[in-house]
Amino acid sequence: MGNMATQTQFHVLAVDDSLIDRKLIERLLKTSSYQVTAVDSGSKALEFLGLNGENEDEEMDSSVESVSAADEDHQVGVNLIITDYCMPGMTGYDLLRKIKQSSSFKDIPVVIMSSENIPSRINRCLEDGAEEFFLKPVKLSDVNKLRPHLMKGITTKNEMQSNTNKRKGSEEIQSPDRTRPRYNELEVV
Amino acid sequence: MDVVNQLQRQFIDYSASLHREGFLDDQFTQLQKLQDDNSPDFVVEVASLFFEDCEKLINNMARALEQQQGVDFKQVDASVHQLKGSSSSIGAMRVKDVCIAFRSFCEAQNRE
Repeated sequence: MGNMATQTQFHVLAVDDSLIDRKLIERLLKTSSYQVTAVDSGSKALEFLGLNGENEDEEMDSSVESVSAADEDHQVGVNLIITDYCMPGMTGYDLLRKIKQSSSFKDIPVVIMSSENIPSRINRCLEDGAEEFFLKPVKLSDVNKLRPHLMKGITTKNEMQSNTNKRKGSEEIQSPDRTRPRYNELEVV
Repeated sequence: MDVVNQLQRQFIDYSASLHREGFLDDQFTQLQKLQDDNSPDFVVEVASLFFEDCEKLINNMARALEQQQGVDFKQVDASVHQLKGSSSSIGAMRVKDVCIAFRSFCEAQNRE
């Protein structure tokens, strides 16, 4: 039972300054059985990730490079980030760059949404690491495209787990209590 | 039970006509599909948010257009852009189309 306890629920971080779009994407994701955290700005998204990051560092003594969140089964880690492009302050593109530049989070798949169909914009995002680019309004069929990207993450995680299995055994059980309260505070929507 | 059936039929007819006349498009149907027992008021909630949003944005636009010193078309355009986004997300096609036309007026700096 040990390491076969794969994350049955993927956790998606949604970023959009429009309340209506946040509600919509949240519903779309929840309907697909994903756990959702929705925030209204890039800076709040980074804050959310940053906080999570600190949490895991305390538990993990190793130099595990990728999203530490995804390694532990029950921790509130983020498996995918979906963000609007046009946002005041930090755009979705800026957020994408920041995430890809971060050693802890660069492996989290990022998806960009936009109401404007501008090929040069789309290409730039994809070239800089976005997995997908959705045109708004977002539909269920778009959300279905996310699954393969999320599944990819699981495979990597399993490989890592088999390496660190001995050490992690007891820690896994403790983590849910520590991270849950933190997560609840931050839920913005 | 009869009354319920009647109301349901009326609702279906009304929805169909809104679609036919171009007020609503497929996105609204998507929203309806997302509503279920876990989220029974989803459409109502989103529609309410949309109306609030509309009110706020239209007020912004009205104020911007009434400026004596000169209309800040950028501001008007920003509001219309947001309105276009919201209406498109909920499937309010007519509103969205009007927004698109509106924006070209903004670009032309056409107050009329």
